Amino acid sequence: MSSTATVVSSSKGGLWSGGRSPFKVSYGKLMMWFFLLSDAFTFSALLVTYGLIRYSNPAYEGSPEAFSFSQEYWPIPEKVFEAVPFLHGVSAPLVFVGIMTFILILSSVTMVLAVEAGHRMDRKAVEKWMLWTILGGIAFLGCQAWEWSHFIHGTQEGSIITGLFNGEWETITFFGANLSMNQYGPPPFAALFFFITGFHGTHVLSGVVLNFIIFYNVVVGTYDKRGHYEMVEKVGLYWHFVDLVWVFVFTFFYLI
Amino acid sequence: MQSEETNNIIVQPADRKKIMGIWKVAGILAVVTAIEFGFAFGMGAGATRTTIFIALTIVKAYYIVSEFMHLGHEVKSLIWSIIGPMLFVVWLIAVLIYEGGAILLVR
Repeated sequence: MSSTATVVSSSKGGLWSGGRSPFKVSYGKLMMWFFLLSDAFTFSALLVTYGLIRYSNPAYEGSPEAFSFSQEYWPIPEKVFEAVPFLHGVSAPLVFVGIMTFILILSSVTMVLAVEAGHRMDRKAVEKWMLWTILGGIAFLGCQAWEWSHFIHGTQEGSIITGLFNGEWETITFFGANLSMNQYGPPPFAALFFFITGFHGTHVLSGVVLNFIIFYNVVVGTYDKRGHYEMVEKVGLYWHFVDLVWVFVFTFFYLI
Repeated sequence: MQSEETNNIIVQPADRKKIMGIWKVAGILAVVTAIEFGFAFGMGAGATRTTIFIALTIVKAYYIVSEFMHLGHEVKSLIWSIIGPMLFVVWLIAVLIYEGGAILLVR
């Protein structure tokens, strides 16, 4: 009864004079939105840094066919990311990262279907779609682990690099990349690869953990007792955001 | 009695139209990604291709945020509270890309 009185008294005031939600969403969802906004700033900063460093390095001028790795210019991404598991020595530019993109988009779709099932209080369907989402996330992380491993260990030929080793300048054949040396191009290219895809991968990992916690709660019936599945919506927002960030990483790191 | 009441959940039937809508958005995202691949292999690198990629990325971002994250169906003030601050990023991109070109010149 007391809650009814609050609604009546506030209805006289404006939208922002209290007693109602001006944004027509719950506190938890609103705060998730603002957290995602702040996270979007973080990822924007990383991707803009990529743009700044890329433009402060010379671009490759020749034809794509004649391209070879060099410390002198920024590499063409599709020449770097052209390996696919089990197809050793086959040049398949961007195929593997394309598969990863489709996995993440599909897991986003299954998340929407879980949210939709939650609206209908259909616990069995929420369980099914949450499980597919978690599997998609794990598959994506597995792909990323392979890609990192390949990037770190490098190609069979490697590149000839002149560097400072134990205080002396030496010219060696270097394979793969780390934070200070990189066979594919200028060292910041590898550093940015590790930071941007690593930060995104950390988000996917925490998304999988959060999805699993919510999945567990669904299975034990927490949200049936609560009477609504809003937690699935909140974790869904986070998961879609992770997919959204990948859409931008895919374009700015791999395509352009 | 109380516990029996909470355990008696009424499951509503699935709305086929709504689910078809979700898969339609998924199809759009997949097709746009396929088009991006087409441009990646069928067109030489340059300002035009970069512009196409950015435009297609914004199309995908629009569908994810508006439909999957449901922002398109929220009230206008919430939509602008989220989209508005992102305008700062547009400025950051413009100014730092310009700065990157300037660093290259003095290198």
